[in-house]
Amino acid sequence: MTASVKKSLTAFTLAALLTAPLAACSSDNSTAPESNPTTAATDTTAATDTSTDSTNNDAANAPSTAGAVVFAAASLSEVFPLIASDVDYSFDGSSGLVDQLKGGAPADVFASADKANMDKAVEAGVIDGDPVMFATNYLVLVTPADNPAGVTGFDSSLDGKRLVVCAAEVPCGAATNRLAEAQNVTLRPVSEESSVTDVLGKVTSGEADAGIVYVTDATRAGKDVTTIDIAGAQDDPNTYWLAKVTGAPHPDAADAFIAAITGPGAKTLSTFGFGPAE
Amino acid sequence: MNHFPRWAWAPFAVGIAFLAVPIAAMFARVPWSQLPALLASDRSRDALRLSLVTCFSTTILVLVLGVPLALVIARSSLRWVRWMRTLVTVPMVLPPVVAGLALLVALGRRGLIGSHLSAWGIDIGFTTTAVVIAQTFVALPYLVVSLEGALRSAGARYEAVAANLGASPSRVFWHVTVPIAAPAIASGTALSFARALGEFGATLTFAGSLQGTTRTLPLEIYLLRESDSDLALALSVVLIAVAIIIVAISTKLSSRPSLRAPSIASDGGLTHV
Repeated sequence: MTASVKKSLTAFTLAALLTAPLAACSSDNSTAPESNPTTAATDTTAATDTSTDSTNNDAANAPSTAGAVVFAAASLSEVFPLIASDVDYSFDGSSGLVDQLKGGAPADVFASADKANMDKAVEAGVIDGDPVMFATNYLVLVTPADNPAGVTGFDSSLDGKRLVVCAAEVPCGAATNRLAEAQNVTLRPVSEESSVTDVLGKVTSGEADAGIVYVTDATRAGKDVTTIDIAGAQDDPNTYWLAKVTGAPHPDAADAFIAAITGPGAKTLSTFGFGPAE
Repeated sequence: MNHFPRWAWAPFAVGIAFLAVPIAAMFARVPWSQLPALLASDRSRDALRLSLVTCFSTTILVLVLGVPLALVIARSSLRWVRWMRTLVTVPMVLPPVVAGLALLVALGRRGLIGSHLSAWGIDIGFTTTAVVIAQTFVALPYLVVSLEGALRSAGARYEAVAANLGASPSRVFWHVTVPIAAPAIASGTALSFARALGEFGATLTFAGSLQGTTRTLPLEIYLLRESDSDLALALSVVLIAVAIIIVAISTKLSSRPSLRAPSIASDGGLTHV
C-alpha cells in the first residue's frame, strides 16, 4: 500500500519536473531580445525618442491609448513602447499569444508577426472586426561580423557552411523555405531554430557561419553581424497584422492604439527596419 | 505505523490536487485519435529515439561522475570541498537558457575551451554530443544532491568498521558504500534521467535543433506547438509515459532485497555481496 502510494507520488513529481522547463520556455522568447542590447539598437532608440515625442504632442487631441492591454509579437518589443508608452504590453511568439487569447486572456489588441497566426486568431473567434496590415519585414542573410566562412550570398557559397535557419513551423522558417524554392537554392542547415531570436543568437555568438533572419533583427544586431541582401526577398515580404480582441475590456484605448500604430507610428517602425504596409 | 499528524492529510490533498489537476486537464485535451499517426511520423520517432539515446548516455555519464563526486563532498572534511557542494547546486537554479549560454561561452566555437577545440578541428555545437553535454550539465546536480544527502545521513560507521577490518578504500566503496547508498543512487538516477528527458532550454541554446541530430522530444513538442498545440500535448503524453516507465523500473531496482543495506547492518559483515 505505502509502496504504491510512494511510487505514484514519485511519478507526479517527475511529471512536474518534466513540464516545468517547457512552461518556462514560452516566456523566454519575450525576454531574449531585451537581453541582447547592441550599440546600434540603442542609437536608433535615442534618435527616435525625440521624433515620437513630437508626434505624441501633435496627436494630443486624439483619444488616449492609456490602459490598453496589447499582446504583441516579440519582434515588436522595442518599437511598440516608443510609439505608445502608456500601454500594458505582453510580448511573446505570435502562436503563443494566440494560445493565450484562446485561453481567455484579457487583451484589447493583438499584433501578429504574420498572417497565418492572425488567421488562426480570427478562426478561433477572438478577433473583433477586420485585422489591418501595419508593417512588412523581409529576410536577409547575416554572418558574424568578420564573416569567417567567407559567405558571399544566398548561393553555393553556403555549401558546407554552418547555416542556421528558422524551422518551417514558425513564420520566418516558412518564409525562408518559400524564398529558397523561388531562388532554386537547396539549403542544408545545421539547425532549424524555433525562433528568429535563436537564429540571430547562433550567428552573433559565432557558433554558426550564417543565418537567415528578418532585416529588423539584422538592424537590431547592428555591428555584431554582416548583412547580405537576398535577391527576391523584398518581393515576398512577411506581413504584420493588428486587430482588436473580441470583448476588449478597454475598447476605446484599443481603437486609439491601432490608430497610433497605423498613423504616426509608421515613421518609428521604419527606423527599426520595418517596411510600410502594402 | 502511521507516525504523522492527521492534519498533514489536508496539505497532502491540496498538494496532490495542485500537481494532478493540470496534468489531468492536459490528458483531457489530448486528441487521442491522432496519437497513433503522430507516433508513426518520422519526426516523432526521430525525436523519441534521440531523446532515449541521449538520456541514457547522459545517465551513464551522471553515474560515472556523480557517485564519486557525491561521495567526496559527503565525506571530505576539506573546506574548499564544502564550497563545491554549493557550486554543484548552481545548475539547478540557473534558468535553462542561461545554462545553455554558459555552455556556449565555455565550449562554443569562440568559447573559453571551445576555441582551442575548434583549432584542433573539434566542433561540439550542433552535434548530438552537445545535447548530451547540455543534459549532463543540468541533470548531474540532481543525483549529486540527493546522493550526498543520503550518504551524509547514513553516516560513515560501516565504512570505518570495514576499513578497520583491513578493507582497502576501493573495496570499502564497492562493498559498503555503494550497497548502502543503492536506493539513493537509484532514485537520484531516476531524477537525473527525468531532468535530462525534459531538458529544453540549454539544448536549444547550446546544441540547436535539427531532426535526428539535436531535436529531442521537448524541442519537437515546442516546435509542434507552433502549428498545433493539441498535437504538442499528445506528444507530451509520450514524454510522460517514458518518464513513468523509467521511474517504475528504478523503483523496482532500488527495492530489490539483494541491493539493500540491512543485511550489512544485521551481521556487520561484508560478505553478503
